[in-house]
Amino acid sequence: MSTTTLPPTKKDEPVSAPKARASDRARSERKLGWLLAGPAFAVMLLVTAYPILQATYESLFDYRLTDPENRSFTGLTNYWVILTDSLWWQSIGVTAFITVVTVAVELVLGFGLALVMVKALRALRPVLRAAILIPYAVITVVSAFAWQFAFDIQSGFVNSWFAWLPGVSENTDWFGDRWTALLVICLAEIWKTTPFISLLLLAGLAQVPEVLQEAAKVDGATRWQRLWRVTIPNMKAAIMVALLFRTLDAFRVFDSIFIMTAGANGTESVSFLAYRQTIARLEIGLGSAVSVLLFLAVVLIAFSFIKLFKVDLAQARGE
Amino acid sequence: MSAISESHPARAQTRAPVQGRDRPRRRLAGAAAGALLASGLAACGGGGGGASTLTWYINPDAGGQAEIAARCTEEAGGRYTIETALLPRDAASQREQLIRRLAANDDSIDLMSLDPPFIPEFAQAGFLAPVPDDVADRVTEDVVESAIEGSTWDGELVAVPFWANTQLLWYRLSVAEEAGLDMSQPVTWDQIVQAAEETGTLVGAQGTRAESLTVWYNALIESAGGSIITESSPEDPAQIELGLTSEAGVRAAEVMQMVAESDAVSAAFSTSNEDSTATGFESEDGGFQVNYPFVYPRALGAAEEGTLDPSVPEDYGAAIFPRVDEDTPAAPPYGGINLGVSAFSESPELAYEAAECIVSDENQAYYFITNGNPASSTAVYDDPEVLEAFPMAPVIEESLELAAPRPQTPYYNEISVGIQRSYHPPSSVEPGQTGEAATELIRAVLAKEDLL
Repeated sequence: MSTTTLPPTKKDEPVSAPKARASDRARSERKLGWLLAGPAFAVMLLVTAYPILQATYESLFDYRLTDPENRSFTGLTNYWVILTDSLWWQSIGVTAFITVVTVAVELVLGFGLALVMVKALRALRPVLRAAILIPYAVITVVSAFAWQFAFDIQSGFVNSWFAWLPGVSENTDWFGDRWTALLVICLAEIWKTTPFISLLLLAGLAQVPEVLQEAAKVDGATRWQRLWRVTIPNMKAAIMVALLFRTLDAFRVFDSIFIMTAGANGTESVSFLAYRQTIARLEIGLGSAVSVLLFLAVVLIAFSFIKLFKVDLAQARGE
Repeated sequence: MSAISESHPARAQTRAPVQGRDRPRRRLAGAAAGALLASGLAACGGGGGGASTLTWYINPDAGGQAEIAARCTEEAGGRYTIETALLPRDAASQREQLIRRLAANDDSIDLMSLDPPFIPEFAQAGFLAPVPDDVADRVTEDVVESAIEGSTWDGELVAVPFWANTQLLWYRLSVAEEAGLDMSQPVTWDQIVQAAEETGTLVGAQGTRAESLTVWYNALIESAGGSIITESSPEDPAQIELGLTSEAGVRAAEVMQMVAESDAVSAAFSTSNEDSTATGFESEDGGFQVNYPFVYPRALGAAEEGTLDPSVPEDYGAAIFPRVDEDTPAAPPYGGINLGVSAFSESPELAYEAAECIVSDENQAYYFITNGNPASSTAVYDDPEVLEAFPMAPVIEESLELAAPRPQTPYYNEISVGIQRSYHPPSSVEPGQTGEAATELIRAVLAKEDLL
């Protein structure tokens, strides 16, 4: 059975298409557009473009914060140091692992929650939505502490509650081993950000036309078929946007690692590495280079999502 | 020294930007900043402060420093007012915040509570106002040697010794008796591990990957007669020579591995810090621990609150840090807090005057009794009130005289984190190889050839 989607509505040609001369109205609309978006654009330039450019510039120097006199231009040396260091690649691996695991689990869980929210009784829906959103409203550092305390060998309840599980005992030191520590970090991330993904998916679900569902029902499609052939294809854009946002977010994971392990047992993420070089070691040049590489990685992810999966951000907004 | 012991985690306050009176100027700046962005900026935008207002950046404690600030303000009779501003909980974050502010020439800092190992870095960067000679003479009189050493850089006193911390060997009287250990004589790590294994109790030490691991390693290598840094070089980090592969360095690694692999440590040894070590010692498995004196008031407090059996703190004994080798005296860890005056302060003379008031014997005794932070002044140890609150005060004083500071270098952070990365988890330490790996890592990091 093929998938069922509505034919895409043809979008109007922009009025300011290059061929024709812009009309007065189009010009004044464009002016209004700039007036409305201009201040936000300027603020964005100030708070994002400027730091990115400054970090890029500083990454070309050997510069220690406490020793500004000996600042010297070293070109791409910092990048060479980073890219030839096994710690960098290990951190990339850890970051990618956390990203893939958390985003995959969150997508499935988030989709389930979105379905629950859609199907819930009208009276229950606001309460349910608020309840599901609560973890997302918790500050990451607070959530990280909560999870750390829960899994702590002395004060935590997890070891005594889950001692019946194989591999868990009174003496399980969750943060003393790389994989168990990463498991707790992933759990905390999943708990906290699933609501975000489920909200985005809920918006996508709401966009699936009811008429398609009914048509499929009339054709004798089962519930499962309707999910895979009607619902999901129709909300592909929403899924992709949710995935993109969460992947970008997950790739910059820092708080949970900082609180729970402080990078011990090979749990350092790329952001943590940037923190340690810049803030702890005060090597502004080297740290900036790590940050720039992290930025490039994030750009690469965004780019491949948009190009490879053909995510249309405008479509997700319902335009 | 490490975070926990200094700051009394159980009672530590949450972060708060600036305590004390609200000056109109600051209020105005705060309102403007708050309207624009988060209120966090208000603390940064606080400007210089009037000629008579001194801002003292303190590490979190049980309120002792704020009280001392109030006392000195009163004593000054209007010449200056000391306001306190709270730093983050752990020593590394305290350094990060102070150093970034000072690098930006922040003149809102007058006095700072500094963790000794970071003092050389501050001094070398020119962030500390020179100590006037007469002040230097007065504040080093009758002060324990380790505290003076910890306030000195490049042969000059650069900070004012305030309180001095040291780790003791805490033991349960009943356990030592059962194991037949004579605690009036110095004991070795081998002995206490053996005694704990025989009695089925725990030996507590700080095996977590944090500053406390460096503290432990440093005490072990110094006790074995070596040093982490054998050849210091303030200007050129490439010239720094490390002693990690020396005989003493290998011996220290052996002890570390022996303790971590024994049956006498808890399952969470590789994540245990000062606080969890103290908790383990309070439990029924408690036998021995190396830890700072805060563990004693902590246990008394818990007994008072009813969360701990009162017989437990009565069973506490304190001795000098364990020896590595039977015939060589131990070199216990030294920590604490010394006061630095910012080079960007608008009134360094007043700040030094205030610092002298803060470190007066009377205030040190008060701080010792109420907050459990041992004095650096030897006279305080004769105070009857101190002796009543801390029956083990003479042991603390003796330990401070024996104590060895951690390596003094402006590159302390690199060296300490390099050690933490190489020697963690302690059970994975290979006495021959770990020292070599750590030396190579630290060399590469100092040469900026490696990430940390």
